[in-house]
Amino acid sequence: MIEFRSVGKQFDDGTRAVSDFNLVVPSHATVVLVGSSGSGKTTLLRSINRMVEPTEGQILIDDVDVATQNPVELRRSIGYVMQHAGLLPHRKVIDNVATVLRLCGIPKKRALDRSAEVLGTVGLDSSLYTKYPSQLSGGQRQRVGVARGLANDPNILLMDEPFGAVDPIVRAELQTEMLRLQRELEKTTVFVTHDIEEAFALGDQVVILKKGGEVAQIGTPQEILADPADDFVRSFVGLERGQRTLRIEEKDGQRIVVDEYGRPAGVLQ
Amino acid sequence: MNWALANRDLLVELTWQHVWVSAVCILLGFALALPVGWFAYAANRSPRRPMRQLSGGVLSIGSILYTIPSLPLLVILPSLLGLPWLSVLSIVIALTVYAFAIMVRSVADALRSVPPMVLDSATACGYSRTQRALTVTLPLAGPVMLASLRVVSVSTVSLLSIGALTGVRNLGSLFTNGYNRDFTTEIATGIVLTVIVALVFDAIIVASGRLLMPWSRVVRAGGGE
Repeated sequence: MIEFRSVGKQFDDGTRAVSDFNLVVPSHATVVLVGSSGSGKTTLLRSINRMVEPTEGQILIDDVDVATQNPVELRRSIGYVMQHAGLLPHRKVIDNVATVLRLCGIPKKRALDRSAEVLGTVGLDSSLYTKYPSQLSGGQRQRVGVARGLANDPNILLMDEPFGAVDPIVRAELQTEMLRLQRELEKTTVFVTHDIEEAFALGDQVVILKKGGEVAQIGTPQEILADPADDFVRSFVGLERGQRTLRIEEKDGQRIVVDEYGRPAGVLQ
Repeated sequence: MNWALANRDLLVELTWQHVWVSAVCILLGFALALPVGWFAYAANRSPRRPMRQLSGGVLSIGSILYTIPSLPLLVILPSLLGLPWLSVLSIVIALTVYAFAIMVRSVADALRSVPPMVLDSATACGYSRTQRALTVTLPLAGPVMLASLRVVSVSTVSLLSIGALTGVRNLGSLFTNGYNRDFTTEIATGIVLTVIVALVFDAIIVASGRLLMPWSRVVRAGGGE
């Protein structure tokens, strides 16, 4: 369980990223922080593994304040997946995945075996294990990034817009893969994105953030869609644009779902 | 050609002199430039303004050193440091200063060329500062440093020849001697041998780069991100 208690962050240059943020991320759940740029979502994510130090409040992992922990040890115990995967360009794929294991002092042979195993879990072809990251496609790199985050079998997985830089088809593929992994591995996951579709697809709970880390609404995707807290949320999730207010129309004997403007959105089965 | 064969022993001796003196200068220059360049790089990232100014200052000193004309430096150094005239040491010092002057800025540039995203991700994985510096930053700065090491190597090998003017024996002695005797063959031999030494040095540097950084060629071929 991860708990944010009145967390605030003001950067050295005076910019306030977040103020008085409270949230409980239950164990084994996926919570998605979603907001546009400047909403402080990445700041919040990074304060969990002390990449950013909050200026106010506390963050607790299983009731232990992260500020009391050694930051390097803490980061090794938490999986982290970032945009563009952030792989080390001078290490082969499998060595990239073995990085955290090696840092934790696991012998090379065992680290490589485990890395191959977890690369298999994320569905990367074994012929790519000895390639360098630059020889992979964006989607493949991102799978390696996820594998690296999982290599150490951490309880917590932090994901910072991990699928933001790949094309829509690959993104959908990776999201499906992510859902499967979540079912199998049940990591406590905090996922940051600016894409509300992605948030609804992956999140057990979705936190919609306004500028400055102010929470607009917290809830399941169903709750947010059915009962948006205010106009900001309504507009953010697309209720205002009419893409989400769907109705059924009969056309040539077929029942089609159309949006507010009558554009076909799908068929009813 | 006949002249060269007849004077084989002399040529081998002068080439050997040339090789070891320039190798020492290149390596010393690099060994000094690495920590100083690293300091300039780190200071430049400091949030404190005086540190960033200090960084700029260090790099300017590097550039200023390089503008000192070489011949006067060779003449002044012995009396400045109390070394005997004709000492190999004074030419080693002079050329090390030049090697250092070129390298220091490019070490800082090389370190700055490492993508911040990669450093960020290494931190997130749990690299300590030292681990990150030695196993991520340093190797990734390698290709840029290597490029400037090649420049330094060629320039040191050719600059060393003027050491002959102060009487230190090396391939440059073939120029001075050949000039005094108005003997073109000797001058030409000196030029050819100097070029060969420079090419061999370059080949060694490139080969060791490929050996130490097999990834760098792949990265270029793959076009990165």
